Amino acid sequence: MKILVCISNVPDTTTKIKFVDDLKKLDETGIQWIINPWDELALTRALELKDEPANGIEKVTVAHVGLVGSEPTIRKALAIGADDAIRINADAADGYFVAFQLAEVLNNDPYDIILCGIESSDFNCSTVGGMLAEFLGIPSVSAVSALNLENGEDVIIREIDGGNETVTVPMPFVAIVQKGITKEPRIPSMRGIMMARSKPINVIEPAAIEAMTEIIGYEMPKPRAACKFVDAENPAELIELLQNEAKLI
Amino acid sequence: MSVITFVENWEGKFKKLTFELVSYTAKVAEMLNTTSIALSIGSVESSELDKLGNYGVKKVIHIDNDNLKILDNQAYTSVIADVATREGATVVILSNNNTGKALAPRLSARLKAGIGSGVSKLPVSIDPFIVYKKVYSGNAFANVSIKSDIRILTLSQNSFDVIETPNEASVETIEVQVENDLVKTNVTDIQKQAGKILLTDAEIVVSGGRGMKSGDNWGPLVEMADLLGAATACSRPVSDEGWRPHEEHTGQTGKIISPNLYFALGISGATQHIAGVSASKYIVAVNTDKDAPVFEAAQYGIVGDAMKVLPKLVEALREIKSK
Repeated sequence: MKILVCISNVPDTTTKIKFVDDLKKLDETGIQWIINPWDELALTRALELKDEPANGIEKVTVAHVGLVGSEPTIRKALAIGADDAIRINADAADGYFVAFQLAEVLNNDPYDIILCGIESSDFNCSTVGGMLAEFLGIPSVSAVSALNLENGEDVIIREIDGGNETVTVPMPFVAIVQKGITKEPRIPSMRGIMMARSKPINVIEPAAIEAMTEIIGYEMPKPRAACKFVDAENPAELIELLQNEAKLI
Repeated sequence: MSVITFVENWEGKFKKLTFELVSYTAKVAEMLNTTSIALSIGSVESSELDKLGNYGVKKVIHIDNDNLKILDNQAYTSVIADVATREGATVVILSNNNTGKALAPRLSARLKAGIGSGVSKLPVSIDPFIVYKKVYSGNAFANVSIKSDIRILTLSQNSFDVIETPNEASVETIEVQVENDLVKTNVTDIQKQAGKILLTDAEIVVSGGRGMKSGDNWGPLVEMADLLGAATACSRPVSDEGWRPHEEHTGQTGKIISPNLYFALGISGATQHIAGVSASKYIVAVNTDKDAPVFEAAQYGIVGDAMKVLPKLVEALREIKSK
């Protein structure tokens, strides 16, 4: 059995986001690039499943659509423990473009389980996993907070509005994972970092396809009004303000 | 031409997010000068379906099929795409909730339609078709041009006002063929969260952070939530410590919510936490550190120990509720 984890390269989540070129382009000065947090959780879960010999997982591969500049992020995924990587050599124009490129590659190189994070922390679209499954014509399970293998069969918990469902789908499938899938992301060990240097990154040229969407400009959030402070000795005043001034309760 | 929205039901009932979705759909159809349709899948009584017309849609299509009793993403995608095509839909609108996020991307691939996900406002323009959406987890916004002939939008919960309009929609029940082998999802167990207000539905949320010191101290917070008819939430360290279940974690990697009022009690307000709650209309913060970043996001604040302030808030609330 083979697992593929799709990873996105995003600014560190503590980055102070700024734009240049008349708010048309992200200011990349000083940005630390990381594996998208949900993808990192997905990778961790894939490796946990591989650690259990009874699951019979031969390898965990990471796939990424991006230019050569994102190789440090791919190397980090290899250092965490992925066996090898696929990089489709194109700028990730939008979710449709990324999913299409991944599907083109996976049509000829199938995996049993494909994991995607539920969204990327840059564009917050939640699209690649579902699109990829549709392009491949295979099942997808979304909002997955647990993925286990029992006697070679998948047992998945997905969140629904107001509860959870335990489901199973035939392989191959795409699981779109969220918080809960594992406790904490795995951190690369020194040995992992050394080994990652010699693990293969298979670079594939993209298929010809246009993106469906284009960002034409950014805006910064409007500043919020200054905070109105209430004395800690008199919290009742806060309730009074919420009731009579803000009219919220 | 038409604008169509898929409306989910919960045990045969619609809820506020449905009416937000339907109101939004009617407005988008107005912008495009075309008709609006709501598509309901599942066992829903006609009195419930009739309600959809009150929010401006002209037609309700209802499908009830045994093979659509559980959410199978492939089966639902196939049915929604077929109806959208038959109705000549140029915009397909879903909620940005779990179900919407599961289906919208599949529909996008199926219909060769670009997505504007998590929108909270009407499109900025319709020709070209431009939507305004949050990016970088709320640290910025973007105007996104969708270039395809069909567009898919997912609407954030609690971000678009419900608009009641005197209107009656025609309700049409249609039969569809869903082959057994199209349904690949097998549901073996359902665990319902009974009697709790859903965090993503809640208009008021009371959330606790590390300043609450221990999971044992949640009593007054839960009482405060009960008094307000609010949902309870927590910051990431709290769910990581196991003080509260991870379903309650609000923040960038947890639940992204947009209630009218969010209480951050003993939460310092790291960027990742604020990213999950910045769409709240009002934030109230209680924290011992007057320089905590949470006060930059808050409209009302108390510098003090959440554990000491909470009982007093509960007391004040009890008083106004008893009046």
